[in-house]
Amino acid sequence: MATKHHDDTTHDAPATGDGELYGILAEYDTPGELVDAARKVRDAGYAEFDCYTPFPVHGIDEAMGIKRTILPLIVFGGGFTGLIGGVFLQWWMNAYNWPWNISGKPSWSIPANVPIAFEATILFSVFASFFGMWILNKLPQVWHPFFRSDRFARVTDDAFVLGIESKDRRFDAVATRKLLQDAGAIAVEDVYLDPDPKAKAMPKWIVAFVVASTAFALIPFALVAKARNSKASQPHIHIFADMDFQPKYKADTAMDLFADGRANRGEVSGTIARGHLKADDTFYRGLENGSWTLGFPKQLEINDALMKRGQNRFNIYCSACHGFDGRGSGTIPQRVAATGGAWQARNLVEAGGATVTMPNGQLFNTISNGFNTMMGYAAQLPHADRWAIVLYVRALQRSQNASLEDVPPDQRGSIR
Amino acid sequence: MSTAAEEHPHEPGKAREAFRAITRDVSWVAEAPKPHKAWLVALGIALIMLGIGGLSIFVLVTTGIGVWGNSNTVGWAWDITNFVWWIGIGHAGTLISAVLFLTRQSWRVSINRAAEAMTIFAVMCALLFPLLHTGRPWFAWWMLPHPNDMGMWPQFRSPLMWDVFAVSTYATTSILFWYMGLVPDLATFRDRFAAKGDKLKAIIYGVLSLGWRGSARNWHRYERAYLILAGLATPLVFSVHSVVSFDFATSQLPGWHTTIFPPYFVAGAIFSGFAMVLTLMLPLRHLFNLQHIIKESHVEAMCKIMLATGMMVGLAYGTELFIAWYSGNLYEKFAFANRAFGPFWWAYFAMVSCNVLIPQAFWFKKIRQRPVIIFILCIFINIGMWFERFVIIATSLARSFLPSAWSYYTPTRWDVGLFVGTLGLFFTLFLLFFRYVPVIAMSEVKGAMPEAHAGGPKGEHK
Repeated sequence: MATKHHDDTTHDAPATGDGELYGILAEYDTPGELVDAARKVRDAGYAEFDCYTPFPVHGIDEAMGIKRTILPLIVFGGGFTGLIGGVFLQWWMNAYNWPWNISGKPSWSIPANVPIAFEATILFSVFASFFGMWILNKLPQVWHPFFRSDRFARVTDDAFVLGIESKDRRFDAVATRKLLQDAGAIAVEDVYLDPDPKAKAMPKWIVAFVVASTAFALIPFALVAKARNSKASQPHIHIFADMDFQPKYKADTAMDLFADGRANRGEVSGTIARGHLKADDTFYRGLENGSWTLGFPKQLEINDALMKRGQNRFNIYCSACHGFDGRGSGTIPQRVAATGGAWQARNLVEAGGATVTMPNGQLFNTISNGFNTMMGYAAQLPHADRWAIVLYVRALQRSQNASLEDVPPDQRGSIR
Repeated sequence: MSTAAEEHPHEPGKAREAFRAITRDVSWVAEAPKPHKAWLVALGIALIMLGIGGLSIFVLVTTGIGVWGNSNTVGWAWDITNFVWWIGIGHAGTLISAVLFLTRQSWRVSINRAAEAMTIFAVMCALLFPLLHTGRPWFAWWMLPHPNDMGMWPQFRSPLMWDVFAVSTYATTSILFWYMGLVPDLATFRDRFAAKGDKLKAIIYGVLSLGWRGSARNWHRYERAYLILAGLATPLVFSVHSVVSFDFATSQLPGWHTTIFPPYFVAGAIFSGFAMVLTLMLPLRHLFNLQHIIKESHVEAMCKIMLATGMMVGLAYGTELFIAWYSGNLYEKFAFANRAFGPFWWAYFAMVSCNVLIPQAFWFKKIRQRPVIIFILCIFINIGMWFERFVIIATSLARSFLPSAWSYYTPTRWDVGLFVGTLGLFFTLFLLFFRYVPVIAMSEVKGAMPEAHAGGPKGEHK
């Protein structure tokens, strides 16, 4: 078959069992003759015809009247999408969703974003031209009736073939054949469809392969879905353990090396952290030589500022029960009375009362550790603030039990 | 008129015979029932090298990148050298397939298929290095922007991120461009194996050729797509090596911090790529009798390109030295004096002699016509270009701003093993390509022959 040059133009006898006529193939000796023939076929008004060549033949587009493809437009669309997508991707991630300060540089600066925007433009254009071309060409196509012809199989080697399909409205088995022959064909051949309808169908093994591979491809998704919707008593599968599992003991785990069987090694007894010695008995505990101090710690300067601080802390922490005047009727006792109960906080300023006669150190200790239903305030108030409150309570006691003699002589007139 | 043949007299069947000869001469490599002995030997050697690479990767991944010679001072060494070297080699393939296509250099059709394959394989080798240099390559996908429960995104102001996008776009484009060019030739294989009754191969090549029929309507869109892809690949190839050079140029290290890097790197890439094309094609052309397709004039043209790009690289070396002196910058001056006369002086002189002096031999036509000599010179150029990257990376890092951190770099056996492994991967893939894929773009060669115009309206026929 391959060596039949210039054979007669009668068609090869149809193979037995051929179906209806699909089209006519005509072979030409040279690309130039094919172009001439294509022009004649086109001029005769045919539309459902095509030329089949081993390489793109120069001038055949014009001869066949092929319209320019819209592929460049598709590519432009792809490239434009890539550009906008590339810019938006970077803006959204680096300037909007997760801005990250690097040496005080602006989080959005176009020059640094040009390379990736450019690459995205190219990538999307490439996808558009590659896939766009195949889609416009309606490829991949598994089967075509012309493949039934041995002559057609040589198109990819050295044959220049023109094929007219029978579905063309001008198609006529005799006239079309004559047209092709007159155009200088060295051979003309009828191509028939396979009479077996199964031949048109996709081969079963391909269908089976596609179904099987699709089913297999779904397995990972099914496993992921199962893992997301079920509870497991075992840790997740770790393909790469990274540093999650290390040959070391963590706190509060068992360890045989030590007699107590613990991985923890507590501090040696008597260990004191830096700055936590608290050796000053007076300042930290209100003691002086084992008994309550009567004065104030020497590191505190007794002045107006400390008094103001004490007032401020007292009004915040103490007044709720003891009242702003220290007489024990703050908002909480008032509330108890309003709800029908009877409870007074300790009156701090009652002349001759326990608090008035209490040493400073004991008062400090009571603020620190509490007394009866009163809780300790060591957690809320630093030591210096507790001493400031002691100072303020002393001032309250004096003011609430003051006599006229306590008022400076030049101001006594204004009181009366 | 009765027939076209009468109007344009020519010997019937002669044009078709010429086309058939091309098909036959290219296809026999894949159709020979038993591979060539030299091919088997070469594949054996390549597989051994690949095995060494596999072992090196195993040791590296199971131990850590401490098995390499990299240190705190020289943090980038053979790994990045090899990465840049391989990427550069790949660029010649794109240049041949895209830039020479746009400039209508028809001689490219004999080598573009092999050169594009070389590009893809070289990029694969190149990608291995940064991947393994991450230390935990299984997390490499963290470099791609994807939603994650840490709420983090890649930092797009980093040149290393630009690299990820540039190189992956380049790899994708190269593969698609290559595959698109292959489809018509795979269809040729499909039809030839079907005619021979080799059903399995006919089905495999048939699936790969997507049902290509050589239809003129398809060719029309195909040629458009080819032109567009060439137009896209041309700026891409220049951008890729520019971005690779940004990895260095955007840093503040003397010897790296220069604006000359992008053009300098691109010229070097083309230079080394053509050397690699010839290193591959000269022996294969001889072994598989392709001299009448890959003609002497094609080899000569490639030699001239190497001469030109070699001199561009030489000009860049000279400019670097001049600017180091002219800038008056103490650190620049020191960096370049150290390159030429410091502890790595031998690498610098290997680079200059291989890249600047050796290509000067291509001025002589007699040398451009001697394949054996060209092959040897190309090997030297490959070595020289490897040293260029090593000199830039290692010497600059080994003498940074802080003298107390200065050190020397010595590779370990695993550095060497991985490099040998990538050479093995490259040659293995290339040899398999040569045996199973149409190694020359048959449809393009046929289209560039004078017979492609036979019987045309102007009676052009030879």
